[in-house]
Amino acid sequence: MSRSAAVAAARLALLAGAVLALELLCRAGVIQPLTLIPPSAMAAALAGLLWSGELNADLIHTGGAVAASLALAVGLGLPLGVAVHGLPRLRRALDPLLAAYYAVPTFVFYPLLVAILGLNQAPLIVLGTAFGLPAMMMATLNGLDRVPPVLLRTARVHRLGRLDTLASIVLPSAAPFLFTGCKLALAYAVIGIIAGEFILADAGLGHAISFAYDGFENRTMYAVMLLVLGLATGLNLLLHLWETRLMRRRARA
Amino acid sequence: MRPEARPRVGPGTREAPGPRGTAGARDAPGPRESHAVLSAVTRVYPGARPVAALGPVDLDLRAGEFFAVVGPSGCGKSTLLDLLAGLSRPTAGTILFEGRPVDGAVPEGLGIVFQEDASFPWLTVRDNIAFGLRRAGTDPAETARRVDYALGFMGLADFAAAYPAQLSGGMRQRVCIARTLVTRPRLILLDEPFGALDQQTRLLMGDELLRLWRETGATVLLITHALDEAAMLSDRVGVMSSRPGRFIDLVETGWPRERDSRLVAEAGFGTVTARLWARLRDESLKAIGGPGATA
Amino acid sequence: MSGAARPPARTGGRDALVAAGLLLALWQGLHLYAGDAALASPAAALGALRQLAGTAAFWGHCAATAQAFAAALALSAAIGLALGLWLGLRRFAGEVAEPLLAGLYAIPKITLYPVILLVFGLGLGAKVAFGVIHGFVPIALFTLGAVKSLDPVLLRTARALRLSRAQTVRFVLAPAALPEIVAGLRVGFSLTLLGVLIGEMFASQAGLGFLIVNGTALHNVRLTTAVILTVVVLAVGANAALLWLDRRYVRRG
Repeated sequence: MSRSAAVAAARLALLAGAVLALELLCRAGVIQPLTLIPPSAMAAALAGLLWSGELNADLIHTGGAVAASLALAVGLGLPLGVAVHGLPRLRRALDPLLAAYYAVPTFVFYPLLVAILGLNQAPLIVLGTAFGLPAMMMATLNGLDRVPPVLLRTARVHRLGRLDTLASIVLPSAAPFLFTGCKLALAYAVIGIIAGEFILADAGLGHAISFAYDGFENRTMYAVMLLVLGLATGLNLLLHLWETRLMRRRARA
Repeated sequence: MRPEARPRVGPGTREAPGPRGTAGARDAPGPRESHAVLSAVTRVYPGARPVAALGPVDLDLRAGEFFAVVGPSGCGKSTLLDLLAGLSRPTAGTILFEGRPVDGAVPEGLGIVFQEDASFPWLTVRDNIAFGLRRAGTDPAETARRVDYALGFMGLADFAAAYPAQLSGGMRQRVCIARTLVTRPRLILLDEPFGALDQQTRLLMGDELLRLWRETGATVLLITHALDEAAMLSDRVGVMSSRPGRFIDLVETGWPRERDSRLVAEAGFGTVTARLWARLRDESLKAIGGPGATA
Repeated sequence: MSGAARPPARTGGRDALVAAGLLLALWQGLHLYAGDAALASPAAALGALRQLAGTAAFWGHCAATAQAFAAALALSAAIGLALGLWLGLRRFAGEVAEPLLAGLYAIPKITLYPVILLVFGLGLGAKVAFGVIHGFVPIALFTLGAVKSLDPVLLRTARALRLSRAQTVRFVLAPAALPEIVAGLRVGFSLTLLGVLIGEMFASQAGLGFLIVNGTALHNVRLTTAVILTVVVLAVGANAALLWLDRRYVRRG
């Protein structure tokens, strides 16, 4: 067995062992069902919920908000990053703001956003975008900073214009960083939107969890929790695999 | 020892180099004519304490010759190349390429191979080599033909579909040379293209370079810090002083056009490198600030 | 060639002032757009804050947040550093655990809050635990990365000098990895604060997060805005202080 296969097997065994231990502890009554239900019961409850279609509206609500936030964060963050990179003076002014941005717990603004925009998807999308956009922008700046100067010189030797240089040299060269930015923007959009729904909303998966918690419906709560964590992990895993595939040919040196 | 292998030492340097302006405005000057001419070129990096990086430099590159520039580190060799390529502007002086002034833009007909790995990691070897032709809108069939030829010529045919990260440093540099080659430059500038390679690979790459030079008939300007490389490859070697770099000697090697790395084993070879080192030793000491530098 | 040289410190300070001014103007504009019912003006928020500062209850809430945050940060740092160091030195364990930690970083951990509430009950314990699960992950990841990417020649030098394992950690590993570890602590600081505040916003009877949500529920916009201002200023101030300490004592030269 190769080393990487051994690592993967160990990782899988660790996860499976944790789930199994949880199952046994719950079944043996060491953990009370009022606190935690066995993983198998969570999965069964989730299957029932999905089958009944009860969660469809929440899934669409959350999924739509996440997609909109991701599109806005990437669609605005990337061009903003490129623009700011081209304006060193503006960048210097923005530097302290960007450095401090993630020190601010963005969620504290959520109640204000609800007050301004109303209790609907809009404040959620703004929160998700606000959480992801600077990450995308910083990833873009970071990637553009690391374009090897010799490639820019090569662009000049081939007498490319500014847009041509951007499209055929700068962005491809910065692609790994841009990909990281997209990954962060997605993760942050999911975190921001679920958290917003959790604290104050009338629909969505986060709302479903907090609603079930308030109503002491542990089965529903754990089922949705499993769904959210599973979806987020699955999405991250998928992007990770895609990234490795894309980058393998670039980094085998 | 063959008499033609004996180095002929050119006239000293500060005198004005060969006839100027003879190239006129034609695209491909004939042999022995001026291909690129630098006159009293200087470059000063501005700032609170301006740094004189180069010059004044006079240089007359003859069409079809292989010219090497050697000099101590930091003497402005790369600055010279940047100026000639139009990648930066001289502080004073004029630069003509095929009779037209070079001023802040890379002229058509000029190709550069840099010291750093400039292959595009996101493109295959084939797409890397085709890059310049595709950007210039060359006919796809013609592009394919030239790229195939370059792949074969540079020994890359088996790696056309590979990505640069899968190749060794020497092969990546060949990709860059091929990418320059397919655009059929009439003047090729090489900025220490083998700087990152081991000695054996360097000698073999030198052979390929000579082959390429003979095949294309292009004028070649090679910047290097390796005296043996300069001595083996060139028709003429320009020796630069420590910063701000000026030419302090022009050495004509007198090698035949058909030559390769076996020259290194010949007795006349040592005479050329000895001559180069004699001129360069004091300048190098000045550059590193070592003992005897002021003597 | 290097157009993006580091700006001198003096203009950096002025830029920060300009940025703060612009943010204030933006706030005022938003207030004019959204109206008094949604967002208080800067002046009104400052007035409310002055009023708040005169009440003992406000300081009680501040103390509640500070207490939970201090405990959570201490635990995050201890767990994160120990875990990161251990995983960094044990290559196999590190390779097994790193993607798991990264996955934990990217999922919406807020969904786990009900579990924590069920385990710890409503109160200080739950807030601290929630802060810790946010904060320890980046600290562990940064420490792991710092130890793992350490130049092997340093460790070989330590062996050549016949240093013991403890001496190697104390005199070679820790100083060499310090800049990265400090960066991790800064991110951990921010995320721990985030976790504690979200915990207070969702279910709590004390703390600044509670005040924000309570203000919204009571339609007391002035209160909400004033508390958010407090949180943001504290977070940005703490971040700036940490950055300054980092530059002054860790990344000398």
